[in-house]
Order: sequence, then structure tokens, then C-alpha cells
Amino acid sequence: MDQQDLTQAKATAGRLPALRPPAGAATGLRRAGILYPFLILFIVLSVWSAPFFTKVNLLDILDQQASTLIIAAAGTLVLVAGGIDLSVGAVYALAGVTAAHLALFTSPGVAIVAGVAVGLGVGLVNGVIVTAFRINALIATLAMSFVVSGLASLVTGGNLVIDYSRPGFADLARTSFLTVNTSTWTMLAVVVALAVVLSRTTAGRYMYASGSNAEAARLSGVRVQLIKLTTFVISGGAAALGGVIDASRVLSAQASNGETTLTFTVLAGIVVGGTSILGGEGAMWRTVVGVLFIALIGNGFDLLGLNPLYEQIALGGILLIAVGLDAWSRLRQA
Amino acid sequence: MPQPAAKDTHVELVDISRSFGGVRALDEVSLTIGRGSIHALVGENGAGKSTLGKILAGVIAPDRGQLLIDGEPVTFHSPREAIVRGIVLIAQELSIAPALSVAENVFLGTEPRRAGFVARRALRRRYDELAAAAGFELSGDLPGRGLRTADQQKVEILRALCRNARLIVMDEPTAALSRPDADRLHQVIRRLAAGGTTVVLVSHFLREVAELADQVTILRDGRLVRTAPAADETEETMLNSMLGRSLGTTFPARRPVRPDAPVVLEARGLSAPGVHGVSLDVRAGEIVGLAGLVGSGRSELARALCRAQRVTAGTVTTASGPLAGRPPGGRRLAAVLPGPGPWAALRAGVAMIPESRKEQGLMLGRPIAENVSLASLARLSDLGLVRRRAERQAVTRALGQVGVRVPAQRPGGGAWARRHGRPGQQGRPLGLAAPVSTLSGGNQQKALFARILLRGPRVLVADEPTRGVDVGAKRAIYELLTSLAAEGLGVLLISSDAEEILGLAHRVLVMRAGRIAAEFRGEAMTEAAILGAAFGAADAGPERGA
Repeated sequence: MDQQDLTQAKATAGRLPALRPPAGAATGLRRAGILYPFLILFIVLSVWSAPFFTKVNLLDILDQQASTLIIAAAGTLVLVAGGIDLSVGAVYALAGVTAAHLALFTSPGVAIVAGVAVGLGVGLVNGVIVTAFRINALIATLAMSFVVSGLASLVTGGNLVIDYSRPGFADLARTSFLTVNTSTWTMLAVVVALAVVLSRTTAGRYMYASGSNAEAARLSGVRVQLIKLTTFVISGGAAALGGVIDASRVLSAQASNGETTLTFTVLAGIVVGGTSILGGEGAMWRTVVGVLFIALIGNGFDLLGLNPLYEQIALGGILLIAVGLDAWSRLRQA
Repeated sequence: MPQPAAKDTHVELVDISRSFGGVRALDEVSLTIGRGSIHALVGENGAGKSTLGKILAGVIAPDRGQLLIDGEPVTFHSPREAIVRGIVLIAQELSIAPALSVAENVFLGTEPRRAGFVARRALRRRYDELAAAAGFELSGDLPGRGLRTADQQKVEILRALCRNARLIVMDEPTAALSRPDADRLHQVIRRLAAGGTTVVLVSHFLREVAELADQVTILRDGRLVRTAPAADETEETMLNSMLGRSLGTTFPARRPVRPDAPVVLEARGLSAPGVHGVSLDVRAGEIVGLAGLVGSGRSELARALCRAQRVTAGTVTTASGPLAGRPPGGRRLAAVLPGPGPWAALRAGVAMIPESRKEQGLMLGRPIAENVSLASLARLSDLGLVRRRAERQAVTRALGQVGVRVPAQRPGGGAWARRHGRPGQQGRPLGLAAPVSTLSGGNQQKALFARILLRGPRVLVADEPTRGVDVGAKRAIYELLTSLAAEGLGVLLISSDAEEILGLAHRVLVMRAGRIAAEFRGEAMTEAAILGAAFGAADAGPERGA
């Protein structure tokens, strides 16, 4: 079976059309990627909207994006290693309601740890399904997202879990340290840690190798399936951490939190940043800039008082452009 | 033999040039192809023969130069336009729709129709006429699925004929064929030519060219060496012109294996999909050649030895102990849990240069440095953090050992990407950061060797290590293999090139149908012996049951 796939791949590789987009311009564009649009948007908003370039607003954006950035940082590992995780929205919700629910009658610490543990568990299941049973990650995690959403509804019984009686639970997100909320600090710590993992450690190298050419990686002694499984576990844990942080911030949680919108925003951020949906290419700074770019668009719509309906349309269009550019540059490279 | 009398000109190419990204694939090549002749294009990989064939068939357009058909200047913008002028290319990769019958495949897109429905009977009748005219005995009712390569080729030829092809360009038509099938295809080609169809044959097999062609055009580095009647050429003269130097210097001197050299790789009764009960030994410092036809189980054996493929029976033992035949923990569990894979083989000192460097060897989009260090990262890191300076130094050293000069510029800088790159300049790290795909084919292969060198195994299983590389790189790889063996590495060298095996190996194992069919050493190592054993022609013993 492998062999057949291989020969097929060879056949198509050999037959790639001689028509290729020109080199040079595209390479440079791709390397800098999202950076220019981001800076342009940033400057435009600064000039256009007085409240934009203020400490309050900028810190607010970071704080609001804390959970998205955490999840996207982990998602970058998954994508680089050649997988994809569509269950993050559901895991975010399940972890949020689990922690919020437990916070009602245990200590906040236990609730937080339990919430994250739930996410790690779902991530492990995702990873095992994808690696051991060789089920397409797209389908596996999409199916899991339904399972997990259902579990979240079971936990809440369909209601909003409210923790106003347990203000201690809010400390996770709302404690201020050096005028910056802990949720932002946590985000920074996670993003930096995962950036180091991806770019500086052997594990990170193995992720790139697995996503770039799994067979080559395997023959070079990389335990590709183990690496992929690890990225799913990290992704599950990160999604849960995001859910717990947000539940802690608003002292409440419900099963419909996150849903598909979060999954979309996370993926869009990663891909708009320039990390390849096909694996093997990408970087953490790209994800950070990509997520913030999308956040700026949202913030801009708010500040400029534009109809938020168009925001959704704009986001979808931007994602399509990003994926298209990725495919285009691959064609050129091949 | 029958040298056809002077034929009128069918196609004329005048001063054709074509470059790919700064590399001149064809440089002012002119030649004339006679109607109804078999015209062979020969040359090394990269000499430009395939490019020339593709220009003829409109697949790519020349940068400069003129193409004349029947004396009329033409410019093709697509293969379709070439087909209209009766020129069809049969590529190396065949395209047969598996779900359709042979006849349906032949008439694909040009089916006889009645009111929008395929007229089956008419299709059948026309197929029979066509096949009879071409002299093929191939039933039109056979399904496309499972058709042997030789028969697929017949389908392609018939397809060309039903489109009124008057010139067929065949790119390496016999590369994937067994000897008897190739002979049959030769008859077909002769019959086509006798019927007035012009055949342009792009081929690596000089014997085939000498036997089959009327005219031979020899290319070297994109330039025309000469066009001459095939009757005036021998394999030797063609080879010398292609290489531009005499043979004999091609293989480095073999060093004898020390008599007390230990066995570093031992397989006993090894079975895996496509491999049946193979036993073999490789000793330190020994190069064991593994010959056999494509599909004889050579690559499967290699993959089984390196644990890249499931092993169903038998054992593999290395110097550091048994590399267990079956993953421990029983079968059922092994199906779910990832059993020990190539990493276990590597840990035991068995490394592999895979058959296809693009599919199985390199991470094309990743930097050169990452590709080279991949198998040795554990050694080049502390607590999981890669020591980047140590890595850079180790990679530079390993690349130096295999003779790759790393380009010191960014990609997109022009011709350097395909050539060896310029030495000097301080930009070394930048060069190592360039994607490995910017290296030439030969240097990519050498980068794979650098990966192995850095890892430092005790056994190397090299599967077609010189496939698709130029002569210079080939020679360099031969020297590498020889010097690695001299340093005590055991090498199992798989190659389809009998000369390569004869020139490098201390002894030769020949595989056929998943088994070791014969072993030759010393004087008995001849091309005839290897081929005989591979085809099962020579004193083949009674077949054992599977």
C-alpha cells in the first residue's frame, strides 16, 4: 500500500508542469509573509483611531487574545508535525465547564488542574486515534470535537455554570502583576516555552521533520508517530488551559463556549501567519503575528464602528488568501 | 541491420536552446529526423535528451531556435498542438485508467459515439483493426487494472496511433521492462518504423540503441556531440562521447576485506512482504552487492533489514546484538502500538540510504543543516536543546567529507543553485540554512551520505545510491562507499547498474522473486552471470514453494 502511494507520488512529482510561478518575488514575500500586512494595519489603525494606540487598548487586545494565542501556539506544533486539531474549540469548552463546575465545591487549584488534565486526556485520545489507528487527523479530531462537546453539555446539564460565589477561581486570570493580568503572563510563558520547543529542541526538529517528510524522518530514526502524538497531547492541554483561563476571567462557563468559531480563529491565525497547513513549515512568531493580525481586524471593526457582519466575511477571505499563497509557493518550490 | 535508404526529412530542429533557472539544458542543438526512421537520443542524466523529446512533443517550448515539421516552421504551445501535427510523447510514467478496459483506454477521449453514448461494438471493431494493424496481440477486453508495464506501453502506443501519430517520442520505454518484454517492445518499434511512423527513442540503454536505432544523436551537457548512423556506432564509442573521457577510471580501487573481519550484519531466514527466507552476512569492511530486477525484492529486503518494513519471520543480528525479528509483545499489540522501527535499527548501527531521495530521504523544504543533522541530533544536543554551533560545525565537516561545497548565498541567486555553489565568502551559515532542494541532485544524494557519516553506523544499506546523479557525483559516491568500507563499515549495495556492482562489490548476491538466487565472488562475478541469475536463465534450481 505504501509502495503504491509512493509510486503514485513519484509519478505526479515527475509530471509537474513546467509552468511555475517565478522564483524570487514569491520567496521573499513568503518569508516576510504576514509581517507587512500586520505593520500596515497597525499603523493605519494608530493613525485612524485615537483610542487604538493606547496602553489600555493594546493590553486589552493581548488579554483578550491570551487563550487564542495559547491554543494557536500549540496548534502550530500540530500543524508543523503534519497534523491538524479541529477539536480545540470543544476541548476549550469542556475544560472551561469542568474547571468552573469543580470550582464550585473544591479549591480553585484542583479545579484548574482537573480542567487542564481533561484537555491532556482528550489530546492523548486524539493522538492515539491519529497515530495508532492511522485515521486522518482532520476527520478524527472533527469527530472528537462532537464527542467532547457532548461531554461538556453533560457536565453542565445545558446550563451556564456561574462561579460568582467563588471569586478565588478568578485569580488565575485576573491577578495583576506589573499592571499586566496573569492571563497575559501565562500566555507569554506558554508561547515562549513552545517557541523554544519548536525552534531549539530536538523534539522541535523532529516535528519539522515529521511534517516535512514523514518517511525520511522515520528512516532517520525519528519516532514520527510518537512525535505526532505528543503534539496532539500538547494541543489538548493548551486548549484546556485556554478554556480554564477564560472561565476564570469571567467566572462562568458554558458548553457552547468556543465551538467552531474558536477553532476557526486559531487555525486562521496560524495559517495567516504563514505556517503551512501541509506541515513541515512554520514558526511561532508567525502564529503570534497571525493571531494578532486577526485580532487587530476585529479591534479595528470595533473602534471604527464598522458593521461586524463584514468582519466574518473579511476573515474568511483572508484565510482563503493565506491558504492559496501557501499552495502557490509549494507549487513553485516543487 | 537493414539500413534504410535515404529518407525524406520529417522533422528538423535548428539551433534549439532551452534553459531552466540559469542552467542551459539545451544549447543550440540542431538535428534532422528522417521519416520512418528510429532516431535515438542518448546522453547522461542531464545531457538534455529528455528536454529535447519534450520540445518535440510541445510539452515545453524552446527559448530559441526553430522547429520544422515537413519543412514547415511550427511553434507548439501545448502537447495538444503537437498531437494535431501528429507528434505524440509517451512519457516514462504511463497513464492508464485502471477501471477502463484496454480498448476503452486506447480510445479515451476519441470514442466512437452514437447520440452521446459510446458505440461499444464500433469501439471494439476499431480496436481490433488498430491492434491488428500494429501487430499487437492484446485483448481489448482486459481491464486496465493490473496490466503489465509492457502491455500498458502497448496501450499508449495504440493510443498514439489512433490519434494518427506520425512521430512517437518514447522516453525510456524499456526502463521498467524485463528483458523479454523489452525485446517484444523492440519488435513493435521496428514494425512502427517499417510502417512509416517515425520513432524518437530517448534511452539510457546503449545496447538497445545500437540494436534498434537507425540514427543516433549523442548529447553532452546540453550540446550536440554528433548525429551518426547507428551502424557506425558501438556502445563504446557512444559512451566515450557521452562522457567526454575514457572509462576505466570510473571505479576506485577495491580494498580486500581482512580475513578476520567480524560479521556486522547477519540475516537468517528473513521473511517480509516480498522477501522469502533470505539469509546473508555482511562483514566489516565488505561491500556486498545486491543485484536483481526491479521487483525482485531488493528494496523490500533492504527495508526489512532496517526495520522499515514489518518482518514476518527470521532474525537480523548486528554486532551489538539481535535486532529481533518480530516486535516484542506479540502480534496483536504490535499492530496497534508502534513497534520498533528504523530508530531501533539505527541504534544498533544499521543505517540506510533509501531508494528515492525525494520521497524517503530528504525534507526538501528544510534547510541543508537540518537534513544532515537529523539522524544525529541526540548527540548534538544537551537536555533536548540543540547545540547549534556544534551542529553547524558537525554538518560543515560532514558535508566537507562528502565533497559538498555549500553555497554561500541566498536562494534565487541564479545558477549557483544547480551547480556546486561558490566557495569562500563568510556566509557559510546562511548557505547551510538554504533549503536542501536548492542543491543539485548529486549534492542532495551526497547530503544524505553526510547524514549517515555524521551518525556513524556500522552497517550501511544503500539502495540505488547513484540513481539520478551526474557522473561526477557518481564517482564521488563510489569513492565514499569504498573509503567507508575501508574504515570498517559493512556495506550492502543495491543497484540496478551491474557495472556499478561489479566495480565496487567484493561479492554479489542476486535476488529473484524474493529469494537470493545466486552468489558470485571473484572471477565468477560477471555481468552475464548476474543477469543470468536475475532472469532465472542460468542453472536455476527447482523453485521452492512459497
